[in-house]
Amino acid sequence: MAVFSGRDIDCIRGERQVLSAAAFSLESGGALTLRGANGAGKSTMLRLMAGLMRPVAGTITWDGVDIADDPHEHNARLAYVGHADAVKPALSVLENVTFWGELAGAGGMAAADALAALGIGHLSDLPARYLSAGQRRRVNLTRALTSGADLWLLDEPTTALDAATTDALTSLIDGHLKSGGMAVISTHAELGLAETGTLTLGGAA
Amino acid sequence: MSAFAVLFRREMRLAMRQSTDSFMVIAFFVVAVVLFPFGVGPEPNMLARIGPGVIWVAALLAAMLSMDRMFMGDYEDGSLELLVLSPVPLELVVLVKVLTHWLTTGLPLIVTAPLLFVMMNVPEDIWPVLLMTLLLGTPVLSLLGSVGAALTLGARRGGVLLSLLVLPLLIPVLIFAVGAGDAVLYGAGAKANLMLLGGMLLGALALTPWVTAHALREAVA
Repeated sequence: MAVFSGRDIDCIRGERQVLSAAAFSLESGGALTLRGANGAGKSTMLRLMAGLMRPVAGTITWDGVDIADDPHEHNARLAYVGHADAVKPALSVLENVTFWGELAGAGGMAAADALAALGIGHLSDLPARYLSAGQRRRVNLTRALTSGADLWLLDEPTTALDAATTDALTSLIDGHLKSGGMAVISTHAELGLAETGTLTLGGAA
Repeated sequence: MSAFAVLFRREMRLAMRQSTDSFMVIAFFVVAVVLFPFGVGPEPNMLARIGPGVIWVAALLAAMLSMDRMFMGDYEDGSLELLVLSPVPLELVVLVKVLTHWLTTGLPLIVTAPLLFVMMNVPEDIWPVLLMTLLLGTPVLSLLGSVGAALTLGARRGGVLLSLLVLPLLIPVLIFAVGAGDAVLYGAGAKANLMLLGGMLLGALALTPWVTAHALREAVA
């Protein structure tokens, strides 16, 4: 059973303290929902958890080992879905998804299955430049499925998604948790996940 | 499939589907060199004297044109964050990017160069040695350029800043490359110059991927 946790996390962005003494703890099969007003530091928290940024103070650990000590190991177990969709317009939908799946290594869902799971299987040969905002978002989300990663870090995953896809996403996250994965999700919407902890950010001076 | 092959296939696909970029570089190279006979006059001996230098400087500037795009697309659409977070070493990503940049910029420049040798009346004796200097020197442009491209990500007017940062660093390459042609003409042989260029290439190959990868990590933080 893996434990992903952080404590006393301070983070400063552009001379403004975004997070102060934030803490969280997460075990295999658990999910954490990040809540807070715009600018409260939800995205920053996810970037810290991914290791893209380092906290000014405090530690984030996986099974007691600081993630900064072994970034390669940490990268191999996480899938980060950020605000930017990272979809190349010149490549087809399937080429986009396949590339990230192959780069993450074996262990995840096949690209075609991931597309079907998010309801865009019929678009796989289309050049990605023709996708709508919601469809690009879904392509972005397939990365979590194809990666085979233990830890999903999803930054406002429901942005631009329709109700049916949001439900599909919820059940995909549920399945991931049931198989022993972890998820951290920043969202304003109610996803209706079975058991999640909530970390409310904001109020930092 | 190995990570190298996966990355290389993606980069080449992207480059091939945006091949106008690479064509522009070649067009700039040719036009820049063609301007010189108009500027300095068409006297054949004069052109032969300045030809190698002009062609090398034009190649430097042409390579700079495409340099700022090396990481820009990935930076803007968020792919760069994901490449940093992928289990593949970032240094390998940088090497693949540099290799693709060279294949789509440096190699076409080398292929075009003989046409410009004819136009500038460059003596045929030094054609092979000049092509060798281009073959050894253009990868150095791509490698050092990758450092500049990574450092200037997110800067305003990044392309101009990139040229200001990188072009001074390329002066040694220019000196030994053009000097190789002269050395052959004066009968000294170009071996020393070519070996120095080869040394610069190996040095850049060993050092720049780490520097560039570090700059990329800073850029997405």
